[in-house]
Amino acid sequence: MSGMDRPDGRGDYAIRVRGLRTQFGSAVIHDGLDLDVRRGEVLGVVGGSGTGKSVLLKEIIGLIDPAAGEVEVLGLDVRTLQGEAARRLRRHWGVLFQDGALFSSLTVAENIEVPLKEHTRIGADLRADIVALKIALAGLPPDAAHKYPAELSGGMKKRAGLARALALDPDLLFLDEPTAGLDPIGASKFDALIGDLQRSLGLTVVMVTHDLDSLYAICDRIAVLIDKRTRVGTLAELERDDHPWIKEYFRGPRGRAAAMAAQADSRIPTFAEEAN
Amino acid sequence: MVRDGEQAGTIEPGSVAARRDGDVLMLALSGDWSTEALADASAALDRIGPEGARSVVVDLQGVKSLDTNGALFLLHKRQAFEAGGGQVEIEVADPHYRTLFEAAARSPDVRTEPPRRPNALIGLLARTGRHAVGFAATGRDLLSFLGAVTVALLGAVLRPWRIRWKALIAQMEHTGLHAVPIVGLLSFLIGIVLAYQSSDQLARFGAQIYTVNIVAVGILREMGVLITAIIVAGRSGSAFTAQIGTMKVNQEIDALDTLGMSPVDVLVVPRVLGLILVMPLLTFYANIMGILGGAVMSMMALDIGFAQFLTQLQGAVDASALFVGLVKAPLFAGIIGVVGCFEGMQVSQSAESVGQRTTRSVVESIFLVIVVDAMLSILFSVIGV
Repeated sequence: MSGMDRPDGRGDYAIRVRGLRTQFGSAVIHDGLDLDVRRGEVLGVVGGSGTGKSVLLKEIIGLIDPAAGEVEVLGLDVRTLQGEAARRLRRHWGVLFQDGALFSSLTVAENIEVPLKEHTRIGADLRADIVALKIALAGLPPDAAHKYPAELSGGMKKRAGLARALALDPDLLFLDEPTAGLDPIGASKFDALIGDLQRSLGLTVVMVTHDLDSLYAICDRIAVLIDKRTRVGTLAELERDDHPWIKEYFRGPRGRAAAMAAQADSRIPTFAEEAN
Repeated sequence: MVRDGEQAGTIEPGSVAARRDGDVLMLALSGDWSTEALADASAALDRIGPEGARSVVVDLQGVKSLDTNGALFLLHKRQAFEAGGGQVEIEVADPHYRTLFEAAARSPDVRTEPPRRPNALIGLLARTGRHAVGFAATGRDLLSFLGAVTVALLGAVLRPWRIRWKALIAQMEHTGLHAVPIVGLLSFLIGIVLAYQSSDQLARFGAQIYTVNIVAVGILREMGVLITAIIVAGRSGSAFTAQIGTMKVNQEIDALDTLGMSPVDVLVVPRVLGLILVMPLLTFYANIMGILGGAVMSMMALDIGFAQFLTQLQGAVDASALFVGLVKAPLFAGIIGVVGCFEGMQVSQSAESVGQRTTRSVVESIFLVIVVDAMLSILFSVIGV
């Protein structure tokens, strides 16, 4: 992946979080949390309900300001960045919210055009081409372009949300439970799509997920939110971890099933196969 | 992709160096060719004409950053030039750039156009027709809903033990008791306005005392019940639509159905029945407050004392004026309740439609209330009440 093989070693990390503390009233969600995301990797974020997975995501993209700590994205401090610089940083990431968060009064094509119109001076003709490309990249049929979100199924909404997130060709892609609410076939297709896009666009992906199959299929490393901090490692490392929650998570019946499925089908289908 | 890992944000718009080599035009691209810089970069490329070159070689060696949008742009430029009979070769050495070009090449060859819009006149006719049909369909659906509610209401009256008393009383509290302050205040103010306006006109004939008659007849027969109906439509009719609509979005209505409970019995009957019961009470209260407002104004502007006001009031109206007003109250309550619940049931699976339906519910119920009020006025004048 790009960035990983950089000679001078600078900028190897897309995201650096140090000493993060999150507090809602008297409830402490994160305390002294550290997290590194390398350029070009797919990091899965898992954890029980209420451990603050989505909150962590929102803190990284600056939607929620943490009580203390440093959050650095692409070498810039998210917490102090303001004005034009903050706006420019936002062009470098795309976010897919749980249900797509498409603007309901706009068609899919218009949704994808929003960031292009807002952040660039690209002419209408090229813009239309870019929209068509993103729709194709997200695996939507071309005729979905002129449909409204209400006319799309859950899976198509997510793909349309993904197309919008990719509109500006971001370096970083944040996914909040991308496969929640999809049927198993749709979910594994979506996993394959993310993996494929990640490879062909050189994306760094951070995905909050509950889906063990996704973890096995596409994640390079996994951050487990536990005891208000993270434990990060590859699947193999975490499977050996002795923390009771991690043990139950990865060695429980669902974890074992996902591991077996991943072994049986270790090859992720390519885009061409997936489209058929 | 900011390939060399520089801090996000430093852009060097793409530039092009052109060199002629016989028949071949060599273009060396440099700088940023990613989305952010694309507008400038494409301008730089447009400044260079093909100058009669038959074939173009594009060299990406010096490009600092590229993404799929940039690659797509270059592919389209190539396509356009090749359509004119030329030949373009894009030399991509960097493996990462090559994957980007592969990704960009997935774009469909033909662009799907948005559904064509018919011309303005046909569009207008089509819209008119659609709305007319929609209007008729709404009328039909409303009528069938009214039928369902009537059957359910009759059932409730015949078998009162099956009424959901708790829900009914809660509804009466929300729609009745909680509306008392606003209904009282507005009726009082309307009484003041009515007294002031009529005293102004009647003073020209020296007939100020008849202000009392106008206030009394106006409030009792029309204004009291109308003001109450409008407030209730705005407060409770909209609330009915929003509540039921939100339940519809959450599939709570479907859940009720599957549990063998009729949504009409559970949700609509307590609301409509509650409103029918409290609306006459609210109207009576509004009448008193309106007349009180008239009395206060008469005292201040016309020096008509309270005792004198009451004497004149007794001569001006009898009980029939009160009943003409009050008899409309349950009717209006039924309209507001049925329309509010009906629109709630029409909500489709989106939050947006809850808002639309709520607006429609208020507009429709006030419209129907006024239409029915006008028809009743004619009816009453014909039968001479």
